[in-house]
Amino acid sequence: MFGLDKADTRTFLFVIAITLLAPFILNPFPTDSALAQFNGGYPDLMQRFMIFGIFAVGFNILFGLTGYLSFGHAAFLGVGSYAAVWMFKLLSFNIIPAIALSILVTGLFSLAIGYICLRRSGIYFSILTLAFAQMSFAMAYSVLSNPSFNLTNGETGLQVYASDPQYLKGSGPDITHLFGLEMNATKTLEVGAWAFQFNTGFYVCAFFMIVAFYIAMRIFRSPFGLMLRAIKTNQTRLNYTGLNSRPYTLAAFVISGMYAGLAGGLLAAMDPLAGAERMQWTASGEVVLMTILGGAGTLIGPLLGAGFIKYFENIFSKINDNVLHTWFSLMPESIENFLVTIIHPFVGKGWHLTLGLMFMLIVIFLPGGLVDGGTRIWNKITGRNRTSPDVVASPKPAE
Amino acid sequence: MGILEINNVNKRFGGLQALGDVNLSVEEGTVHAIIGPNGAGKSTLLNCLIGKLLPDTGTVTFEGRSILGLKPHQINQLGISRVFQTPEIFSTLSVFENVMIACFAKRDGSFQLNPLTSIRGERDIHDKVEQMLLDVNMADKRNAIAASMSRGDKRRLEMAMCLVQDPKLLLLDEPTAGMARADTNNTIELLKEIEEKRGITMVIIEHDMHVVFSLANKITVLAQGTPIVEDVPSKIKGNLKVQEAYLGGAHE
Amino acid sequence: MDAFLLQVLNGLDKGSAYALIALGLTLIFGTLGVVNFAHGALFMIGAFCAVTLQRILNISTVTLDPTKTNFLGNPLQVRTPLVETWFGEAAGQALINWSVPLAILFAIPIMLLIGYVMERGLIRHFYKRPHADQILVTFGLAIVLQEIVKAFYGANPIPTPAPDIFTGSFDFGVLIGFAENVIIYPYWRLVYFAFSALIIGMVFAFLQFTTFGMVVRAGMADRETVGLLGINIDRRFTLMFGVAAAVAGLAGVMYTPINPPNYHWGMDFLVLSFVVVVVGGMGSLPGAVLAGFLLGILESFASTTWATTTIPGINQIIIYLVAIVILLARPRGLMGRKGVMEE
Repeated sequence: MFGLDKADTRTFLFVIAITLLAPFILNPFPTDSALAQFNGGYPDLMQRFMIFGIFAVGFNILFGLTGYLSFGHAAFLGVGSYAAVWMFKLLSFNIIPAIALSILVTGLFSLAIGYICLRRSGIYFSILTLAFAQMSFAMAYSVLSNPSFNLTNGETGLQVYASDPQYLKGSGPDITHLFGLEMNATKTLEVGAWAFQFNTGFYVCAFFMIVAFYIAMRIFRSPFGLMLRAIKTNQTRLNYTGLNSRPYTLAAFVISGMYAGLAGGLLAAMDPLAGAERMQWTASGEVVLMTILGGAGTLIGPLLGAGFIKYFENIFSKINDNVLHTWFSLMPESIENFLVTIIHPFVGKGWHLTLGLMFMLIVIFLPGGLVDGGTRIWNKITGRNRTSPDVVASPKPAE
Repeated sequence: MGILEINNVNKRFGGLQALGDVNLSVEEGTVHAIIGPNGAGKSTLLNCLIGKLLPDTGTVTFEGRSILGLKPHQINQLGISRVFQTPEIFSTLSVFENVMIACFAKRDGSFQLNPLTSIRGERDIHDKVEQMLLDVNMADKRNAIAASMSRGDKRRLEMAMCLVQDPKLLLLDEPTAGMARADTNNTIELLKEIEEKRGITMVIIEHDMHVVFSLANKITVLAQGTPIVEDVPSKIKGNLKVQEAYLGGAHE
Repeated sequence: MDAFLLQVLNGLDKGSAYALIALGLTLIFGTLGVVNFAHGALFMIGAFCAVTLQRILNISTVTLDPTKTNFLGNPLQVRTPLVETWFGEAAGQALINWSVPLAILFAIPIMLLIGYVMERGLIRHFYKRPHADQILVTFGLAIVLQEIVKAFYGANPIPTPAPDIFTGSFDFGVLIGFAENVIIYPYWRLVYFAFSALIIGMVFAFLQFTTFGMVVRAGMADRETVGLLGINIDRRFTLMFGVAAAVAGLAGVMYTPINPPNYHWGMDFLVLSFVVVVVGGMGSLPGAVLAGFLLGILESFASTTWATTTIPGINQIIIYLVAIVILLARPRGLMGRKGVMEE
């Protein structure tokens, strides 16, 4: 189906099912229970799962396939957001032109940056992309925000004001919408003690994520994708086999840049605001982590990684000392205090510390990511010897 | 007029004359070996042929067309394939994929943006790769990851990748270097077969005299960057100049 | 002319910092073949060594002085730093006043130790892993180090003054025949520049004139061969890592009076130092130093009012722009050797 083979079709249908049912799956605990804080099924977070899933899936096309480690992809995320907000300011709150412009602008932007950065490979490439991202950050933060030419609105961030022209708005809604469907519209379904939320914005994001994932799958299974994997393995051989690696890497770079642009556009579509901090190196590092955590070069890994990181970011940041005390309240006080002191630096504002540690642990102990780890455990249990599902074995001979 | 013409090629590295007035003509359909003692300029000459080095003066033409200044992939697209001293293959990919990449490169050129076409739909390519693997006796290893194979098999795979492109000229850089005797003989057999069945023109740079004399039908001897003798194998063996070059002028 | 000289001088201190960090990065990269994204964090830790020593010296006993009252009428709290109690008031105050230069002594063993632990505990296991893995793991480490410092010292910059003797400025212009107050230069910046020059000189002398340095240089030129010679290159590399860490740390210690340190210094300086390394030429020590100073001075020129009014914000992006131009025109960098990391 869909031009995919059986295993891929299964993966794809699985992703669709999980995505559509996310409001149920992510809300396993009754609303009033103590465990409700572990629920992830509210609109804002679910939107983030989808958006960062797109970001990571796109990043994986570059890093996972070609092995070019970019440390500047957050710049594209930011540019996508700025482009979208400008469309809101100039036309209307309809998200379609906004997202279209996001993808277009980031496509051009990544073409320019990729053209320069891809003149080098290896660590040079990583450093160059990092430098470009920092430069974009500095530009957005100050250079492009001055009275005579204010493209980014500096520190405050770009947002839509009542005085903006919005030429096509007419009598349209005052919040972001898809031809009238407002993004923040949420229907709540109450079943017993549970409350499930169905949010328009989430389903819009889910739609884009599924399309993005589908395209990524096709790229993985195309001759183009094969060439990208060949680049990662042996560029010398590739060149002497008659293939020019530069346009391939550039195409991969631009495609992944456009994915980041789409993600940035969606971020703005959910909340019409764009700030420079979205472009900082920490944001670039985050998408790298998502990809390697899930498993670089695998199809489903980046989605897993994005979900994992965003979920724990959300949960960890919510936990404060009070929450910790209630957790351990059954224990003797000295142990309780001790545990709280131990855990304290890693939660709440300490989330970044946990993130950094996770980064190191994954690279040290699980370089193949969750997908690889899962496969290994599965092999142990079943005693079978399966390679990771996404390490593509050569296709069966044509019958 | 040979398929590959090298005219008055000179190359200096600082004070060292690596190549001096090299003139060489490779006839179509021959297996032309280039031999010579260490430092005779064999590798430099090869590097000038494949776009890695640019000679200071002189011309290199392939089928009447200059190939100087072309990039490796452009040279390949003209029909020149190269086999490396240590097999260069896509070690993390399967044997099948390795050959398939070469096949795509031949059909689609040096770059094609086709991210949404499916590999599975490429019947012609599949058939061609299958046939190639049968030809080189690797059909049973089609799903093996290239890195996991023996050196001899890697060489075989590299050959398959070159052959599947139907090259007009095959450049071999010490194809048996570092190989065990058995692997060397296998490689010789393979090359002989290629020559007989396909009649591909080959240029072999080689140390091992056994390999050279079993394969070549023309030999050029390089010494200090200049060809000193060019002849058929039977006449090279007894040539005094050659012995001199290899023994480093021990006669004087 | 005077304005020109002034900007050159202004660029020297930042240039010195870039040069010192880039020097360490290049040493580590050249000897160990590792790209250390945590090197900026070492600079930052050095700076916080100075902060820490300042705090230690300021540990005080609090006594109530009943003879004086504060504005609420309560007895005044008098804080007496322990060092003053121990060494007498004058000596104690001098110690506190000189906390930044003293921190050099304090930071050297700490930085060497951190470098040692880092190399033995982490980096060593990554020599054979791909560069991408090295980048990722040191990147993670950089985040961890930065967050730890943030947890202990908070997110705000911490003022760490230089000794009083160095406050004020040196009238450099008078020396070379300009009018007074035309080219003035804060004393501490002069100290920083001299200090950096000294360290750079020491590192080069060490590499040039000691057997150890010779082995390291040979290792930078050809790692495998030196390994084959049976020289215990491993231990030397560990020490080299420690030295690079100490160089970065000292650069950080002495930089604190110029700019109050905060936890994200590491990344701020790291990105720029990487650009410096790339501009100078990967693997070239003189290139790193030269590019460090050049870019520092260039940045200072871009910070003049004239430049920032012509192109707003140019001071923040000039280094990147230069890097791009250099990379396009001369991919190997100013003094890069051929073949270093070209593939």
